[in-house]
Amino acid sequence: MIYLHKITKSYEAGGHSLQVLKDVNLEIEKGELVSIMGSSGSGKSTMLNILGILDKYDSGTYSLNNTLIKNLSERKAAYYRNQFIGFVFQSFNLLSFKNAMENVALPLYYQKVGRKKRNMKALEYLDMVGLKDWAHHMPSEMSGGQKQRVAIARSLISDPKVILADEPTGALDSKTTMEVMDIFKEVNRKGITVVIVTHENEISELTDRMIFLKDGRIIQKAMANAS
Amino acid sequence: MFDIDKWQEILFTIRKNKLRTFLTAFSVAWGIFILIILLGVGTGLQRGVEYDFRNDAINSIRISAGQTSLPYKGLQPGRRWSLKSEDYRDIKNKIKGVEHATARFHCRGDFTVRYRHKYASFNVRGVSPDMMYIENQTPVLGRYINRLDLQSRRKVAVIGTKVVEGLFDKGANPIGKWIDISGVQYRVVGVYKDQGEEGEMKNILIPLSTAQVAYNAKNTVHTIMYTVGDASVKESIAMADQTREMLSEKYRFDPKDQRAIYIGNNLENFRKFKNLFLGVKAFLWVIGLFTIIAGIVGVSNIMYIVIKDRTREIGVRKAIGAPPGSIIGLFLQESILITLVAGYIGLIAGIAVIEFAKWALVAFDVNAPYFKDPEIDLFTAVMATVLLVVSGAAAGYFPARKAAGVDPIVALRDE
Repeated sequence: MIYLHKITKSYEAGGHSLQVLKDVNLEIEKGELVSIMGSSGSGKSTMLNILGILDKYDSGTYSLNNTLIKNLSERKAAYYRNQFIGFVFQSFNLLSFKNAMENVALPLYYQKVGRKKRNMKALEYLDMVGLKDWAHHMPSEMSGGQKQRVAIARSLISDPKVILADEPTGALDSKTTMEVMDIFKEVNRKGITVVIVTHENEISELTDRMIFLKDGRIIQKAMANAS
Repeated sequence: MFDIDKWQEILFTIRKNKLRTFLTAFSVAWGIFILIILLGVGTGLQRGVEYDFRNDAINSIRISAGQTSLPYKGLQPGRRWSLKSEDYRDIKNKIKGVEHATARFHCRGDFTVRYRHKYASFNVRGVSPDMMYIENQTPVLGRYINRLDLQSRRKVAVIGTKVVEGLFDKGANPIGKWIDISGVQYRVVGVYKDQGEEGEMKNILIPLSTAQVAYNAKNTVHTIMYTVGDASVKESIAMADQTREMLSEKYRFDPKDQRAIYIGNNLENFRKFKNLFLGVKAFLWVIGLFTIIAGIVGVSNIMYIVIKDRTREIGVRKAIGAPPGSIIGLFLQESILITLVAGYIGLIAGIAVIEFAKWALVAFDVNAPYFKDPEIDLFTAVMATVLLVVSGAAAGYFPARKAAGVDPIVALRDE
């Protein structure tokens, strides 16, 4: 599903370039539930951005769902994001002026699905995360856990190949964290690949595979444990 | 094009920032308002000028004799001379480009004119047939003075519509009636209308030759007028110069003597005024446009703020898969909506003020020189609307481009 080969990425900062990713090789199979771990500065955010086609890489090869993701135009990148990827963010990123249902339906808007059909499908997905009764509530009326469940419903509605979650539980208490993780596991059971970026061990331990990033390289689990 | 979601979002942002949107919209409305007022005033000025020139044919030249002020070929200054009947025929025959030429004899003093028991006082003028083209007169009843009247010195009169009102009962047909002018009976053969001011219709016209006999003036005339057809201003000036030379030779005065002869070139004057007001109009457009630009900069500014406020939202949209075009469209539409609604309000308000001024000028009978009937024509209104859409798009375009260029990574990190 996800195939990274010798990916490098560097940023220009203060006149000299800072290499953030160094020859990263990674393969994630369809249906895996994977966590990417690393301390801040390890390159995990950059990695997530590249996986999410939000950022470009300098060299190497990245293919997603057997499609080469390289030198894409803005429009093409937007199209692939819409088709292949569902994002879940730490701070939910719901649109404050849309109710839960409209927020969930948003990705379909960019697929030019009709309003009625979108909203119907959005209700289905809200039902799936247990928030059908909250469909017409605004994000400001919801708790953090509820917002994140709406965000997950939104990430799923376009039927993506991969869910990319960036610290999805970072803003939640431990009880809701478990609820949200349960939903991810549920989603994963339906065959969708889920990649969670986190720095919390409790979260990563709930995934099938942990990938450790340190100084821009993927290190072996044993080494990570040792450190 | 109608897309509930897009409009819902635009209306939401507008509602969320009521004051900010209002202030921006106000600057646009104000800009358009000022432009419309200025253009309306410009039209008013132009019409005022045209109105002041409406008495006579715009392409006419009029000549009258004066008193010499320079010595010439041994002759002393201070000499008077007068134009003769044959001069207008000479002018028509000798000067190339003359279309109609006529002479006029002013019967000096007020004349008591009588029809049966009604008396009134009018001007009486001796004219030749071509006068109708030069004075912009048209017969509404009967006919105008013709060549035969002139040749046989007929005692006939063509009277203005105001004269009819003054002498005849309502509904009476004046044609064929005999009127008494200072004791001489004239038969009314026609009634004319003049495009000029009311006073122009208070004249009684009689054949030039009849007037000359009646006032014992031999073949003297007071004014000679001719039209220059579709000659350019330059050509008309050349024709006026030629006339001056011709007459200076005949009546022996210095052609450089400005007081020996008065030549008024209507075309030259009209063109001068027209150019002046064209300049004024262009200037008004420029001021108006600059005012609008100030408004547009305001809209552009607010759009930049809107985008800054919504950077995170733009990031989310991009992550979800919004193509750059849809982001540009969103902000462009908002900008066009604000400019269009605000501009339209300004447009309507401007037109209302102009229409009110137009009404007030008539209602209170204000006689403002060089100002009449201010109005916004359809062309100007359409231009203003096009200008609004274009400027709204321009105001939104750069901010929208910036929005589309928002880096989702940065936007989403933006706390």
